[in-house]
Amino acid sequence: MKDTDIKRLLYTHLLCIFSIILSIFIPTFFLENFSILETYLTWLCICSVFVTAINLVLYLVVKPNASSKRSSLSYKVTRFLKRCIYFLMSCFFFHVIFVLYGAPLIELVLETFLFAIILSTFTTVPCLCLLGPNIKARLRVFSRNGVTSIWENSLQITTISSFIGTWFGASPIPLDWERPWQVSPISCTLGATFGYVAGLVISPLWIYWNRKQLTYKNN
Amino acid sequence: MRLGSGTFAACCVVIEVLGVALFLRGFFPTPVRSSSRTEHQAEPPAPEPSAGASSNWTKLPPPLFRKVVIMLIDGLRDDFVFGSKGVKFMPYTTYLVEKGASHSFVAEAKLPTVTMPRIKALMTGSLPGFIDVVRNLNSPALLEDNVITQAKAAGKRIIFYGDETWVKLFPRHFVEYDGTTSFFVSDYTEVDDNVTRHLDKVLKRGDWDVLILHYLGLDHIGHVSGPSSPLIGHKLREMDSILMKIHTSLLSEERETLVPNLLVLCGDHGMSETGGHGASSVEELNTALILISSAFERKPGDIRRPKHVQQTDLAATLAIGLGLPIPGSSVGSLLFPTVEGRPVREQLRFLHLNAVQLSKLLQENVPSYTKEPGFEQFKMSERLHGNWIRLYLEENNSEVLFNLGAKVRRQYLDALRTLSLSLSRQVAQYDIYSMLVGTVMVLEVLALLLLSIPQALSSEAELEVPLWSPVFSLLFYLMFLVLSALHVIVCTSAESSCYFCGLSWLTAGGVMALISALLCAVGSALAKMFADGKFLSKNPAHPKARWSELDVLILLGTMGHVLSLGASSFIEEEHQTWYFLINTLCLALCHEIYRNCFLRDDCEPQQCSHVEEGFVSPAPALQDRSIRCNMLEPHRVSKGPTSLDTLRGYEKWMVLASPWVILTCCRLLRSLNQTGVQWAHRPDLGHWLTSSDHKAELSVLAALSLIVIFALVQRRCSLTSKVAMALGLLGVYCYRAAIGNVLFPWQRDSKDISKGVIEARFVHVFVLGILFTGTKDLLKSQVIAADFTIKTVGLWEIYSGLVLLAALLFRPHNLPVLVFSLFIQTIMTKFIWKPLRHDAAEITIMHYWFGQAFFYFQGNSNSIATVDVSAGFVGLDTYMEVPAMFLTAFATFAGPVLWASHLVSFLSSETSLPGGRTGTWL
Repeated sequence: MKDTDIKRLLYTHLLCIFSIILSIFIPTFFLENFSILETYLTWLCICSVFVTAINLVLYLVVKPNASSKRSSLSYKVTRFLKRCIYFLMSCFFFHVIFVLYGAPLIELVLETFLFAIILSTFTTVPCLCLLGPNIKARLRVFSRNGVTSIWENSLQITTISSFIGTWFGASPIPLDWERPWQVSPISCTLGATFGYVAGLVISPLWIYWNRKQLTYKNN
Repeated sequence: MRLGSGTFAACCVVIEVLGVALFLRGFFPTPVRSSSRTEHQAEPPAPEPSAGASSNWTKLPPPLFRKVVIMLIDGLRDDFVFGSKGVKFMPYTTYLVEKGASHSFVAEAKLPTVTMPRIKALMTGSLPGFIDVVRNLNSPALLEDNVITQAKAAGKRIIFYGDETWVKLFPRHFVEYDGTTSFFVSDYTEVDDNVTRHLDKVLKRGDWDVLILHYLGLDHIGHVSGPSSPLIGHKLREMDSILMKIHTSLLSEERETLVPNLLVLCGDHGMSETGGHGASSVEELNTALILISSAFERKPGDIRRPKHVQQTDLAATLAIGLGLPIPGSSVGSLLFPTVEGRPVREQLRFLHLNAVQLSKLLQENVPSYTKEPGFEQFKMSERLHGNWIRLYLEENNSEVLFNLGAKVRRQYLDALRTLSLSLSRQVAQYDIYSMLVGTVMVLEVLALLLLSIPQALSSEAELEVPLWSPVFSLLFYLMFLVLSALHVIVCTSAESSCYFCGLSWLTAGGVMALISALLCAVGSALAKMFADGKFLSKNPAHPKARWSELDVLILLGTMGHVLSLGASSFIEEEHQTWYFLINTLCLALCHEIYRNCFLRDDCEPQQCSHVEEGFVSPAPALQDRSIRCNMLEPHRVSKGPTSLDTLRGYEKWMVLASPWVILTCCRLLRSLNQTGVQWAHRPDLGHWLTSSDHKAELSVLAALSLIVIFALVQRRCSLTSKVAMALGLLGVYCYRAAIGNVLFPWQRDSKDISKGVIEARFVHVFVLGILFTGTKDLLKSQVIAADFTIKTVGLWEIYSGLVLLAALLFRPHNLPVLVFSLFIQTIMTKFIWKPLRHDAAEITIMHYWFGQAFFYFQGNSNSIATVDVSAGFVGLDTYMEVPAMFLTAFATFAGPVLWASHLVSFLSSETSLPGGRTGTWL
């Protein structure tokens, strides 16, 4: 457990937050009448692309688990393809869960699916980057006492906080404020984004404060 | 005093019910009523007031109108007539309003804006309280004094066509009637054609005095497609042509008789922007009210804006117009423009009659009536009126007479307004004192229950209720004295009527003693807990409680639901909260199952136990609630490895799949019935199934559901109950076929629709039989203490009896709800609760959540309009209050009741298993 690790974690997280902010402001220069609420589908696409790109770049630069033994090209390609498939699967998985939660089955399919994509971007992409296409590792990370590094720990916190954000994002929908953002996927999307950002902010701080108690078996 | 947990809980529930009853008695205001009912011989009408020279006019004034036609259009919002829609679609009515001999008003309805209370308000002039809605689910005959009864007593001949509610309210009042039922909301042409087809015939005949027409179509259109639908325009145009027809016919008749007639066009309630009604939005409250008669002269250029009046004013106006005494409990005041054309003496006489009636009502309902400003105004105007009469009889100077007359009239109108206002306020007054006493009782019991949970759930299942300790007695007597003194002070100084003060001194003293005893019990329990807490914290062997994610979710979800009830939208859409919660619960269960399945092998000894605190972040905030922790803890400690490993391959897969199956079931049920307010108009499967085109599909679905119900329920029943169950379910289908909901395969069209009394009673017999067998088994198990299996079977039989009753009472399209309820219970029992070994507290709360969700899956909501009243008539020839109330209540709360009874039978079967859950948990 070194302070440099935490510092690196903090910087990467700040970059992620920065990418989300960029995704709000950059498109206004290129697209006419762009705003989060009115053209939120476009924003969703842009935001998810930005966050994915930043995550990939950071993963390649920082290399939190640099322990690849074999590095042949075909191996890398298959791993990459596998990750893509996993990402798509997680999108469909989230879509199914949203429908089970009461999203309409036939109407608003595009909106719901984009919402699934953005939630996968916030949760699955960092997961795939860090853990690779490995379900067992994922289950390990998301259960008690399963984390083995601060990266995994921060992954756990950001993922859970984006889920919680999404969950609470649905709560204003029944209220009768008659606001434009109170429609089914929009408020959840906003909730997910806020949750993700909050998780990004909280996790380095939390790890810093608890650095004395945290002992990982691989470190 | 030592009590068993069961006895203690039962006592708490009883006291809680008492407290809630007291609170409700204070919360629901008693309606303002006159004590004289119609059965009494009507007292002679008040004579004209006189000063000195006595007036000889003691009889009621003669009727102003010969015939009265009341055209009531259900859901006629004010802007349908006076707004742009009226101009566009109701040209004749608009002409009458703007230029014709008419008076138009915007009549404000009071809550609840539902048809039956509104009809009562229109005809009695009283304000039905909320409790009337509960009391009159079937709208039995109206016993209060009302215009119709008075008219009948005066020998008027009344004809009625339209909504059946009227026929129920006034069963023997109409010489001719044709009621149409408003049961099928999706039909909006037939209901009105049924009324209009009689019209030509009736208008030609001259043998009636009052004609009442109640058109339902507009309201039905509102329910189906909302107030902005194009259908509304068609309907309004149709209504306009009917109004024209009636008006021309009345006018042509007047030409022969030379006596004016009256045509009343009114709505009973408005229509909200979504098309429903029942609540208190402006659109629902404001209705149109137009009085049309050739007696209302109008100079050209006289523009009258529709004035805002109360809906209750119509009763008094109608009574005056027909020359009848004003209904005793009417709080309305005469619509003065209707009598403006009469001579001044008559005008004053009418106003006086109305004021006398209102002041009498005030005297009966307000103890300190002499202090009311309205009463003083009335007395003063009565005196002035007397002077006016004297002047009139002396045939004084007309100028003075006219001025004085105008003054008296103004005085009377003021007095009427004030009286009417203070009477209406009386209805909306809460009985704060009774409510307070009820609340205190409920809160004390709640505190006592919460404090006793750890003790009551401990291994002895007994607890010490500190009732007889000496310190306690001193405190108790002090409290008792203080409370009694308070009671005396409050009751002697109370101005308005108070239910709790009306109780006898002995009863009130008993309640006071109960309250102080409870308070002392809570106090000593608190003290004891603190003492124990200190002792426990010194004990290092006491391990820290550990919370699983599921516990946190259950606790937070329950508390979050309670908090959400602070917002009215969350109450309206409470079903969304529950659906959301049970979905989350299923996902959490899923997580738990998968972790248990896949991570069993590589579960390492706990090295980094601190990480979990981050994961369960809300837990530290809650850990001071040591009660809960204590309660949950013993089981956690005793919980060995879950028995997932021991499962065979097939069962393991079932366990893995079960949360998803449950989630899918819930999603299907969710689209079966749309409830709530915001999304209630969305199309759902239920409407699709109940439409008459899909009868075959509905029949197949109902038959399939009944078969699956049998398959799911029979497995744990004894042989007799199995047979009874099968026959009973067969009877359910026969009953539904008899009343024409479903078809038999050999039946092409449902010609003969009966009430299905025999079939329903056939099922009732089996229900009672199964319940009886179950009770017998239970009693047997009490006698033979050793045999646990009999008890389990007995409980299961009672449960299956309830299932059969629910199957009978549910509408056929709701039978899948019952099927899925049983299915989810089976899956949860077999693949989730048993393998994962949840403890009793978790299982109880899960049952509670699912029960609540199923309440809404049935199509219920927190609005009283969704109560299915027809369930109260299953198997009954006529309306019988007690069974009908019971059946309706059971059909409404079937979901929670079934889940609760399943909980009892499940927990008892778990206890009886050798080596299963320990009995201390129950």
